[in-house]
Amino acid sequence: MNKSVKNFDKDRLVLALGAPLLALVAALVITSAVIGVTGKDPLHAFYVMIDFGSKSDSQVWIINKAIPYYLAAMAVAIGFRMNLFNIGVDGQYRIAAFFAAVVGGSLTLPGFLQIPLVIIVAMVVGAVWSSIAGLLKVTRGIHEVVTTIMLNFIAASTIGYFLQDGRLAVKDGNLFHTPDIPASSHFFTIPTTPDPIDGTLILAVVTAVAFWFVLGRTRFGFDLRAVGRSETAASASGVSVKRMVVTSMVLSGTIAGLVGMPTLLNKSFNYGTDFPAGIGFTGIAIALLGRNHPIGMALGALLWGFLERTGTQLEFEGYAQEIVGVMQGVIVLCVVIAYEVVRRYGLRRQQRQVGEQLAAQARRSDTNKTKAGVSA
Amino acid sequence: MANHDIHFAVRRGTVHALVGENGAGKSTLMKILYGMQKPDEGTIAVDGEQVSFAGPADAIARGIGMVHQHFMLADNLTVLENTVLGAEALHGIGGQARKKIKELSDAYRLNVRPDVLVEDLGVADRQRVEILKVLYRGARTLILDEPTAVLVPQEVEALFDNLRDLKAEGLTVLFISHKLGEVLSVADDITVVRRGTTVASVKPEETNPKQLAELMVGSELPSPETRESTVTTARMLSVDKLRLSATDTDGAVRTVLDDIAFTIHKGEVLGVAGVEGNGQAELVEAVMGMREPDTGTVTLDGADITARSTRERREAGIGYIPEDRHRHGLLLEGTLWENRILGHVTETPNSKGQLLDLAGARADTARIVAEYDVRTPGIEVTAASLSGGNQQKLIVGREMSHNPKLLIAAHPTRGVDVGAQAQIWDQIREARRAGLAVLLISADLDELIGLSDTLRVMYRGRLVADADPATVTPEELGSAMTGAASGHLEHTEDAVEDAAPEGGESR
Repeated sequence: MNKSVKNFDKDRLVLALGAPLLALVAALVITSAVIGVTGKDPLHAFYVMIDFGSKSDSQVWIINKAIPYYLAAMAVAIGFRMNLFNIGVDGQYRIAAFFAAVVGGSLTLPGFLQIPLVIIVAMVVGAVWSSIAGLLKVTRGIHEVVTTIMLNFIAASTIGYFLQDGRLAVKDGNLFHTPDIPASSHFFTIPTTPDPIDGTLILAVVTAVAFWFVLGRTRFGFDLRAVGRSETAASASGVSVKRMVVTSMVLSGTIAGLVGMPTLLNKSFNYGTDFPAGIGFTGIAIALLGRNHPIGMALGALLWGFLERTGTQLEFEGYAQEIVGVMQGVIVLCVVIAYEVVRRYGLRRQQRQVGEQLAAQARRSDTNKTKAGVSA
Repeated sequence: MANHDIHFAVRRGTVHALVGENGAGKSTLMKILYGMQKPDEGTIAVDGEQVSFAGPADAIARGIGMVHQHFMLADNLTVLENTVLGAEALHGIGGQARKKIKELSDAYRLNVRPDVLVEDLGVADRQRVEILKVLYRGARTLILDEPTAVLVPQEVEALFDNLRDLKAEGLTVLFISHKLGEVLSVADDITVVRRGTTVASVKPEETNPKQLAELMVGSELPSPETRESTVTTARMLSVDKLRLSATDTDGAVRTVLDDIAFTIHKGEVLGVAGVEGNGQAELVEAVMGMREPDTGTVTLDGADITARSTRERREAGIGYIPEDRHRHGLLLEGTLWENRILGHVTETPNSKGQLLDLAGARADTARIVAEYDVRTPGIEVTAASLSGGNQQKLIVGREMSHNPKLLIAAHPTRGVDVGAQAQIWDQIREARRAGLAVLLISADLDELIGLSDTLRVMYRGRLVADADPATVTPEELGSAMTGAASGHLEHTEDAVEDAAPEGGESR
């Protein structure tokens, strides 16, 4: 029996690695075809990307870019793990970052107090914003996709209203932004050459460890995953599905609140009209790419950063600028399809294997019985 | 579930029964015959001609039709509409179709009324509509998957009359069942399937239920009979004045449970009989705390649990074997040890404090697999890859492992092979001896009569009749289940008094 267990584990590993590999190969083939159609050489494009992407300044850029992507992906993944589609991460991180920036810019506490304060404000605002969608779902039965999309617009409008001179923002040339956070409250950076890596990397790492631990090792995480797999079975097992919906939306929003922190505390130090938008949607793609797994999503976020970094270089080489967008889209599609294909194949295969093994066992015991002349 | 070396031939114009324990491969075989699944090797021949089916459409074209165990009818459409749905090309959807339906209905005495809404039909009528649907599509061979599972004895007889009519008209019926008595009464030929292979072909006049059972499992037919009464006077579960209304799909509010009151004592098995859909599922869910009743109280071991959550009720000692194990009992894509945690995540050995105890859960899963004879190559496989009977053994093992005070068992042996059935019955009996109270819901009247100390009959959301399992017959229960009888069911034959010592006392 031990041997067969090992076999199953090995199979599962092969299947787990097979899916992304299959997807990447398919994505490469399709993008090569697309580049070929535009009349360019696909192999040279890949060479340029790998060559430029592996330079050390590119590496730092990619890591820094990946931090908020990773956080956004984890925020989305919490929802995915229990069949909730939180499209609202985008609005949640923006409104969270905005109010965190307002608080950070209006205080001059020592850094060891103010940095945590800014981060906590962001988490709380993100949680409050996402909990609206959760509460509307359990009390009024409104689907979270509808509410979170609407809340994205409301968040953008709310920020737009406050981001004006005389309200919560100051004018700086053509831009409006919240008052700058004092230098004492800037997040540390990790000194690397040629550029430093954002210290907010540790926020992402801590979140990832917590994500893995809470989902995989706690009672709460088990309940959450049970709801995601079967709402009816979870409810019969004693999970309050409604409460779980609200809790997981709150958790998702809490992580979403962190998404703006790398930019706010390591780069811009204020929330202005040029604050990056759309990371929440990128997070959806990366969560799909990484199958809601902490390591998978980390790789996905890095891949995304790599594509964005090297895409700019492709332009210099005369390739169409849109080609990176095409690649990103193709990769996500390939991954989603490949995983589903592999999942179904794996399930069927396992059912067949179980059937075969049991039939073999049964045949053996039948022969033994006949030999011994005993009918048990 | 692998099938191998399946051989059998069905003669035209006969009723051919395919019997075997669940997980033996009957369903897979049927799927192959109906084109839903492809065989790895081997051939199928219809009328001497070798065929291969790419899908059910091919099978239908060859005159093979299937009546599924779970009806595939649209409730909000009429019988006529359901019949022509997807087969509009045959006779249109109007007068011609109606004429054809009439013809078929008269020819096989199906008594189908074309313009009645399916939602207004009972289970037996729905089944006849399913048969009609298949005939309408020109089937000459009908596959019926466990057709009697949802019927009361009187309806089973009517169904068998229909089958005999079909046979008389030269149609062929392939009948899947594990109820041996029925098989013997209706089949012309019987093929026994065991562990994915055909082990015997017999004639009903040359065999008996005991022999068939032995062919099916290679062991003796178990009996659900409860030998000695262990009923005490200590109340374990009391349900009083329970009312529950539910909103159905049309938005109309219906009372699904009406003034339900009963008590189960320590060591007592209370059986609830009833045609499915008369409120049994709702009763179970109300006791489990999955539905909130309008009024009424539920008391467990002296404590009022009416306001408690499902998890608190489980922690208080309610074990639950759900009616639909796929919807309520298992995470199909989860591993066996994850499924062992399900429902008991707050209890040892599954967790310590707020943290899961993965090692403990895995070890205990291995124990359950061994003790309850769950046939699996390991505990890391998904629950979906086990056969129905083995899934059920895992659930029973899980629920019994927490020493429940009250066990709610809804169809505990449905779709379970004879060997596992005996084992589950033994476990219930053993726990009952140790003081377990059991609320047993079942469609298998022999199981109900054999296992229960007290019997109640549920009809349209009310407990309308009670009976003494020592003397009552399935037919008497059946008439109360269809609403024809109520009150205390007294057995009419005096001679049965002798059988009393076998059963438990009723109170």
